[in-house]
Amino acid sequence: MSHQSDLIAEDISAYLEAHENKSLLRFITCGSVDDGKSTLIGRLLYDSKMIFEDQLDALESDSKKHGTQGDKIDFALLVDGLAAEREQGITIDVAYRFFSTDKRKFIVADTPGHEQYTRNMATGASTADLAILMIDARKGILTQTRRHSFIASSLGIRKLVLAINKMDLVEYDEAIYNNIEQDFLEFAQELNAGIEIQAIPVSALAGDNIATNSANTPWYDGPSLIEYLETVPVGDERRAASFRMPVQWVNRPNLDFRGFSGQIASGTIKAGDRIKTLPSAKETTVERVVVHGGDLKEGVAGQSVTLTFADEVDTSRGDLICAANDPAEVADQFQARILWMSDDAMLPGRRYIVKMGSKSVTGLVSSLKYQIDVNTLQDKPGKTLALNEVGVCTLGLDQAIAFDPYDTNRETGGFILIDRMTNNTVGLGLIDFALRRAGNIHWQALDVDRKALSDQKDQKPAVLWFTGLSGSGKSTIANALQKKLYSMGKHTFVLDGDNVRHGLNRDLGFTDEDRVENIRRVSNVAKLMSDAGLITLVSFISPFRSERQMARNMMSDGEFVEIHVDTPLNVAEERDVKGLYKRARAGEIKNFTGIDSPYEAPNQPEITIDTVDATAEEAADQIVKWMQDKGFLS
Amino acid sequence: MTELTHLDRLEAESIHIMREVISDAENPVMLYSVGKDSAVMLHLAMKAFYPSVPPFPLMHVDTTWKFSEMIAFRDRKAAEIGMDLIVHTNQDGVEQGVGPFTHGSSLHTDIMKTTALKQALDKYKFDLAFGGARRDEEKSRAKERICSFRTAEHRWDPKSQRPELWNLYNTRIRKGESIRAFPLSNWTELDIWQYIRRESIEIVPLYYAAKRPVIEWEGSQIMVDDDRVPAELRATAVEKYVRFRTLGCYPLTGAVESKADTLEEIIQEMLLTKSSERQGRTIDRDQAASMEKKKQEGYF
Ligand SMILES: Nc1nc2c(ncn2[C@@H]2O[C@H](COP(=O)(O)OP(=O)(O)O)[C@@H](O)[C@H]2O)c(=O)[nH]1
Repeated sequence: MSHQSDLIAEDISAYLEAHENKSLLRFITCGSVDDGKSTLIGRLLYDSKMIFEDQLDALESDSKKHGTQGDKIDFALLVDGLAAEREQGITIDVAYRFFSTDKRKFIVADTPGHEQYTRNMATGASTADLAILMIDARKGILTQTRRHSFIASSLGIRKLVLAINKMDLVEYDEAIYNNIEQDFLEFAQELNAGIEIQAIPVSALAGDNIATNSANTPWYDGPSLIEYLETVPVGDERRAASFRMPVQWVNRPNLDFRGFSGQIASGTIKAGDRIKTLPSAKETTVERVVVHGGDLKEGVAGQSVTLTFADEVDTSRGDLICAANDPAEVADQFQARILWMSDDAMLPGRRYIVKMGSKSVTGLVSSLKYQIDVNTLQDKPGKTLALNEVGVCTLGLDQAIAFDPYDTNRETGGFILIDRMTNNTVGLGLIDFALRRAGNIHWQALDVDRKALSDQKDQKPAVLWFTGLSGSGKSTIANALQKKLYSMGKHTFVLDGDNVRHGLNRDLGFTDEDRVENIRRVSNVAKLMSDAGLITLVSFISPFRSERQMARNMMSDGEFVEIHVDTPLNVAEERDVKGLYKRARAGEIKNFTGIDSPYEAPNQPEITIDTVDATAEEAADQIVKWMQDKGFLS
Repeated sequence: MTELTHLDRLEAESIHIMREVISDAENPVMLYSVGKDSAVMLHLAMKAFYPSVPPFPLMHVDTTWKFSEMIAFRDRKAAEIGMDLIVHTNQDGVEQGVGPFTHGSSLHTDIMKTTALKQALDKYKFDLAFGGARRDEEKSRAKERICSFRTAEHRWDPKSQRPELWNLYNTRIRKGESIRAFPLSNWTELDIWQYIRRESIEIVPLYYAAKRPVIEWEGSQIMVDDDRVPAELRATAVEKYVRFRTLGCYPLTGAVESKADTLEEIIQEMLLTKSSERQGRTIDRDQAASMEKKKQEGYF
């Protein structure tokens, strides 16, 4: 790794002193296949001498074998293509590469540029200070350039390098370069304000304007790429912003020390500064800024420290410590931009875990206002977000959290969405603004209507009405089904005819009038339960069509599911689990359905269960399947 | 106002990672290999939780073939810091007399290292293990996440790896699953050495050149660390000034001839050298198998 600084050989100590004080720049490279991205990164590694001779030997022989450049070195081989990753089925790949020059260390997030890799690019961009947009000089600004710029600027990158590549293939033509730069500057007006753009004419392959200015472009008087990367200022805004630090860990080695550990997200802090911890909004003074090996006079953005306070204020992991004179906002409802990163579409109304800073809360995207087309930057209507789609949403949380709008502070305004079942990270979000402040109205303001109640349970309410002869298997199937739904995390309740008659309907007999009243009461209870968001399983003989129709009418559209447990009389009578048929035949029980009282089979039940050939378990599976098909179980 | 240096930023990031991922873990551990990367990782852990002692134990998977100087160093370090040290050895392997001279390097590594690590993780039911791997070690590690998710069988499933946005880590797992976290992901070998120098971190003396008895074995210069080296090989030993660029099982770790006995000289040699770090490590050449395969098997 010969950093060809003669200093290494002559005075290693001086060299090391100098290199200890290098700064760090993180950037992302954006470009589609064949724009020359791999060649550029390979070239940067090569020009900064980050390549060992054994690697170089391998590269030379690989270049001859697999390269596209004849006998010349194919730098792209240094950074590998995507093939291997595709083979492994890795879906989210960002490769991180490292090189350094005498002035800086660089971390490069290398991501593919196609639309299906939008989420990867966003991942790489989230930690980058700067983006290099690769443009093929022969093609100019393309749709993808717009997409890349949009993602980079949305994620808060304020420095864009327009690397106009393959200048060797257009005879280093100044006019071509100027046109592309002009096109881009025009388009860039649609992006966030405050973005700095530096266009550089390069040939990644030939090395023009990469490490040093090229004689082939005498008309270009800007910096070479490496020179720009080495000198562009970064991190100033973070330090200039107001103090923020999410509490990661409460540090309590003994009774005499209580500190709050975290990485300073923005601003600076020193002993004596007034701070406020959010969301509790308690104010105190910083006593010490502790790090191993002595206290700091001042902690600055980016440093990991431990703060102690003058007063005991109740602070825990997840809280945000802020400058007292300019604290973050606290809210539980936001407008946010969301980029969806999962193959399963985002469903408004579904609950996800929202992680922001060191805090995790549950929340739901209550509505999608519109989508943003990542290629045209235009709004378009939409109800859900599929993989790689971006939308503007309303986000509601179970608890108020502290935040800053993302465009004001990248460190305290971004969050991830986590699926509660799979634990996967399924989306990224950028907070635009609070829809209302939690402090003022808080919970009363949230309408806890039936939708809110079912959303909270992450399910669609239903009344599953099992009808059929005594002994047909209603209760057995209902119980088996309840177990399955339970294990799927669903909230259910079983209303069983026999049980209800012991309590709520104890006063009712079996006359026609009482039967109707029986059903009326049970239907009402079922209705209340579905209002509460439950999936209610009603197991009632309910022999008359009209009374079942009455129950159906009471429920919201589509919520009533009639399940006919269609066991023939002879089979039910043969089973006679409770010995009732025998007693009815003996005349001991009057008005027994099927014997001396009719059973009116449903004409069009939603589901018919055949219990002669199927077990209760299979019947329950059949119902689960039906519910899945009809969208009751997501 | 002075700008943070690259080492400051790397340090702060590693500390942030450690504090963050232990917060959701029930039973964390730090895999301590006694090498220079582990030394840096341990130093960072001490800084991350200072003035508390890091709230997890260290674990060393001892293949019984480590350099004896490593073992002495390990025990002394753990005692100094006051952290619990768990040492695990695959007893089945010991009973079967597994070793590199008799079983070859890959079988030895598989049984005494990979299998042993899985045994230990199962035995203690750790749900989070810190490891000292870096992305710059190999081309294929460049896309490695900081948090790597393992199934209950310690398998690495490419499809269940999660995107890492900003500095937010999603560390939610189901019972039985576990996480390997790599706080040194963004460090390069040069960063490690510079940091060791800046922070005066103590490392095993084997990294410094000294006169040591070495033999030529399977194309590498192997130090005769004890008399398990077959007698006929031992007879060929010669005293040479050598040092080690990485540390592992002594029969699998090639020495390089060198007189560099200060940090500066080591770094100087590294910067002027012509070959990459892993050259000295027999196991990497022994198997054509990629790092990818080793990772899937749980080597990392
Ligand atoms: N003539 C010329 N060819 C280039 C240049 N940069 C890249 N290429 C070639 O363009 C092709 C695609 O480059 P590569 O780096 O693999 O593109 P990537 O898909 O964006 O990583 C390869 O054949 C490169 O050699 C350049 O500046 N000039």
